[in-house]
Amino acid sequence: MRDVAIVGVGLTKFGERYEVGLRGLMAEAGLAALQDAKISSKEIEAAYASIMASGRLTGQEHVAALLADQMGAKNIAATRIENACASGGSALMQGYLACASGMVDIVAVGGVEKMTDVTGSEATTALGGAGDQEWELAQGITFPGLYALMARRHMHEYGTTEEQMASVAVKNHENGYKNKYAQFHKLVTVDEVMKSKMIADPLKVFDCSPISDGAAVVILAPLEKAKKYTDTPIKIVASAQASDTLGLSDRDSLTGIKAASIAAKNAFAQAKLEPKDIDIAEVHDCFTIAEVMAMEDLGFYKKGEAAKAIADGETRLNSKLSVNTSGGLKACGHPVGATGVKQAVEVTWQLRGEAGDRQVKDAEIGLTHNVGGSGATAVVHIMRRTN
Amino acid sequence: MENAPAGSWRKQDATYNMTGSKCEKCGTMYFPPRIICRNCGRDGKIKEHKFSGEGSVYSYTVIRVPPHDFRNVAPYTVAVIKTNEGPMVEGHIVDNGKKVEIGAKVRIVLRRMTVDGEEGLIHYHYKFELV
Repeated sequence: MRDVAIVGVGLTKFGERYEVGLRGLMAEAGLAALQDAKISSKEIEAAYASIMASGRLTGQEHVAALLADQMGAKNIAATRIENACASGGSALMQGYLACASGMVDIVAVGGVEKMTDVTGSEATTALGGAGDQEWELAQGITFPGLYALMARRHMHEYGTTEEQMASVAVKNHENGYKNKYAQFHKLVTVDEVMKSKMIADPLKVFDCSPISDGAAVVILAPLEKAKKYTDTPIKIVASAQASDTLGLSDRDSLTGIKAASIAAKNAFAQAKLEPKDIDIAEVHDCFTIAEVMAMEDLGFYKKGEAAKAIADGETRLNSKLSVNTSGGLKACGHPVGATGVKQAVEVTWQLRGEAGDRQVKDAEIGLTHNVGGSGATAVVHIMRRTN
Repeated sequence: MENAPAGSWRKQDATYNMTGSKCEKCGTMYFPPRIICRNCGRDGKIKEHKFSGEGSVYSYTVIRVPPHDFRNVAPYTVAVIKTNEGPMVEGHIVDNGKKVEIGAKVRIVLRRMTVDGEEGLIHYHYKFELV
């Protein structure tokens, strides 16, 4: 296995992108990534496309070939990766493995989701397929419902409060406010979150990530060739993934995501690093409780201590540990298949020092944490600046 | 989406009677049923096992924004139930006027879950009521 680096990144604006379709989103992010790496389409040798529910949401399957074609990479091997909301992280891992193996040099990893061409209830149903379709969705248990069940239990066991969970949304909106790619450019208060419409008790609409359109692309190269494309290669120092039962009820615990703990443990071992070494983290805050659990599963906080720390401001921009500088899924948006790749784009910008108003001072090591479903898949990557 | 009735029919013993499975080698019980034991793998001895349907609320929520098939029944309460036998199971809590809270005792009841239009199948399913 050889070292692999991110040499180019591209992102679309996230949000309700009525003017552009699935392929247009992929092309927009793809073009941005090609320009960023100053690389020719002809140099790309393989592509991995992550998308969760394109068939249900747009009618289009078979999107990896479409990504390759739209990026002008003719006749290359192109493969779709679907792991629900963790599709992007999983596609990045597959791209990393392809490049690290030496089989190919330049790999494009592109994530996309076009979600606003269907009604809200249709999107809710499609997303419900990330949980256990036969035993959860068939009983009308929605995705917010699953996280609400986890939140209620977390509150019961650790005294986590709705106000503490709301502080996750407040923080991520603060960061998203500074990100031109973010879906929402609006600050919110704990009070506003608390008074927003109830979706699945105790989760309110401002505890939930939105339905979004968007795409993200990263270009990978072997580290030894990376300087040809960029002055600041971002080396992938760990890539780890784990799984668990599809349904919530078969899990050992509802107050954490075991797959994420395992992926994190393996990632830190690969990188020979510890949680305290991380400067910035993009974590999977599909719901506010998910960010609380992420901080505990990743080892940044002991079980039951993250919610208070977040409410105390320890994970705000340029504080102890800057978390979700992009605005996270909550404020930047959550086009499902794009999310895991977008996390890598944000970390790359931060480690290069290109994050503008939301730049974390002297960021050198970053982590991404991408969760599928209610925790049946988790992917953790660690990246490091090398220049 | 229109579904063939087989998907509902083949789950009937589980959705009507809460029939799961048990590994007679290690004693682990499963609901929904499995044919490979998570502990013993291919060496397990899986047999059908009917659950008592009794347990207590482990966590709960009220679904207020439902998926399409449930658009006419929201809001409804769903819970993770810790069965008396040990395994957890997810299900609806029917409204019988009693207060839902963690630890509250429940028992199984059979109720209508969804209906496929005016002339389609009625899907029955276990639910739970507070005792």
